[in-house]
Amino acid sequence: MSVLVDDDTRVVVQGITGGEGKFHAEQMMEYGTNIVAGAVPGKGGQEAAGVPVYDTVHEAVEEENADTSVIFVPPAFAGDAVFEALDTDLDLAVAITEGIPTQDMARVNKRLSETDTRLIGPNCPGLITPGEAKLGILPGNIFAEGNVGLVSRSGTLTYQVVDNLTNRGIGQTTAIGIGGDPIIGTDFVDALELFENDDETEAIVMCGEIGGEDEEEAAAFIDDYVDTPVAGFIAGRTAPPGKRMGHAGAIVSGSGTGTAESKISALNDAGVPVGDTPEEVADHIEEFLG
Amino acid sequence: MKLHEYQAKQVFADAGIPTPESQLASDVDGVLTAAQEIGYPVAVKAQVQVGGRGKAGGIELVDTDEEAREAAESIIGMDLKGYHVDQVLVEGAVDFVDELYVGITMDRGEGKPVAMVSTKGGVNIEEVAEEDPDAIAREHIDPSFGMHPYQARKAVYDAGVDPAVARDVSSVLTTLYQLWDDRDGADAEINPLMVTADDEVIAADAVMNIDEDALFRQPELAEMEAEAAGSGDDLEQKADEYNFDYVRLEGNTGIIGNGAGLVMTTLDLVDHYGGEPANFLDVGGGAKAERIANALDMVFSDDNVDSVVFNIFGGITRGDEVARGINEALEQFDEIPKPVVVRLAGTNWEEGMEILNEDLVTVEQTLEDAVQRAVEYAEEVNDQ
Repeated sequence: MSVLVDDDTRVVVQGITGGEGKFHAEQMMEYGTNIVAGAVPGKGGQEAAGVPVYDTVHEAVEEENADTSVIFVPPAFAGDAVFEALDTDLDLAVAITEGIPTQDMARVNKRLSETDTRLIGPNCPGLITPGEAKLGILPGNIFAEGNVGLVSRSGTLTYQVVDNLTNRGIGQTTAIGIGGDPIIGTDFVDALELFENDDETEAIVMCGEIGGEDEEEAAAFIDDYVDTPVAGFIAGRTAPPGKRMGHAGAIVSGSGTGTAESKISALNDAGVPVGDTPEEVADHIEEFLG
Repeated sequence: MKLHEYQAKQVFADAGIPTPESQLASDVDGVLTAAQEIGYPVAVKAQVQVGGRGKAGGIELVDTDEEAREAAESIIGMDLKGYHVDQVLVEGAVDFVDELYVGITMDRGEGKPVAMVSTKGGVNIEEVAEEDPDAIAREHIDPSFGMHPYQARKAVYDAGVDPAVARDVSSVLTTLYQLWDDRDGADAEINPLMVTADDEVIAADAVMNIDEDALFRQPELAEMEAEAAGSGDDLEQKADEYNFDYVRLEGNTGIIGNGAGLVMTTLDLVDHYGGEPANFLDVGGGAKAERIANALDMVFSDDNVDSVVFNIFGGITRGDEVARGINEALEQFDEIPKPVVVRLAGTNWEEGMEILNEDLVTVEQTLEDAVQRAVEYAEEVNDQ
């Protein structure tokens, strides 16, 4: 079992003719992902990464029964690309693009509330069900099949924590990078709910970071609804207020909201141990799994 | 990206928001000329992008040539919270009876813009938000429709603004939202929005922060940013040139990594193992050798740095490129200026380890070990 993606998922890659899009489409295929089409305006009729390219996502769905999109479109056009995916009634859209203007995402966010399509990202590494399929840019070789669900706001931090787990022989059901922007589609609460309802997931790792209040909301949700044991990690304990730490969303506001302390104490209050180091997170998971 | 006060005021004034008469000056004579043309009393205001300028001595209200000269001499060239003051705004002082606050920002929790109005202007609004949240009227806006006129009126009435100026304040708020929307604002604020004895409203300060990710479609504002450059911290300017996400901190262990979350984690681990991080530097995804070399140059330029930890977990970044960049940067020195600890993992890390010149760096296998080693080196240098 897994959540959101498996080897039946039929994927259209938006932006498949660009450098990143093509490279990662091939990488995804190599991992076992069922890429069925590309969508690039003006490139219909061509072929890229061995699959047919269509001018619109709509055509890719009509012709190839795509149900999921992975978006590698440059930031200036990515908001529009996400709208196209949402308006085509796909099951899932994964936006890898970093640097989409926040106001574009606010409009996307409004549209999301009106559709059944789930959005992951933007500014995320995507998601992977080890041994089956990956949607995005995660390096497949560090993951292993197993029973831990992982959700994270950061890409490379995900790899670090997964590495700590895999090195101990602890595999993953699905790992989801939800992205580092202020406005994202799937958030911690959504991902936790998916893992809680997944029979195979026996423990969950949640990697948060400074900025916003998503981790606090997740802690409240865990307290009320999640029986699966959760271990946490929060990046940015040493970040000074008012400075954006790389991710557009990773900033402690001047009034002191979004601090690591607030997130760690909310998680602890919900019974979630928070590791001081990635190794400690793996220690907690090992304990949970007995 | 933050506009300077004088730039934000220009943008606001062009949109029809009333602002005091003002002139920019960069020396004492300029201040005197401006003050005489505008007419005393005037405020002399340091143009640096930090909050709390007044308390830090960066704003003076003056009545005479003599006072203006003194203010200009003390403010121009001063170091204000780490920023060098090159320019001041000389501005006609407003005789006010009331100070309001109006602002637009993105409420990330809701994923929507929010308009805010308060009669408690003139003080730090974040403190008001904390101590007396009900003193700020808030109206969330549907970004696909924009602010309905009734919402501007409602926010103003809810805040308890004097009915005599309610219409004008609503109009300022409506214009401010338009600007925020058209110009890809992150925050747009007027604090204080002054009310005069004749019931006129006037923007005595102006804050306009622009979403950096949207600068590609705001060429005029991008130009203003270029104009404003030259007033920041030297190292942060250098980081801008190299196009790194960089934040300078107070410590002596330099940090380079890929991906914001992992770099923050590396900072936290430096702190956890008893060291002090000197900086946040994210080389981003897919960095090639040249960029890696630039990152080392960047961190070496910080005199506070005594050791460097280089932590790369490659996804789209390749270990061989990283190793080439590190060699390239270090081989130009007869003596390595500061000890560098390298940890490579992920894509092509084995190829990277073969390429890496291990005479020039210390290699560690895990993040934890690499950080501890760098902290030790920094302590050793400090003990000498």
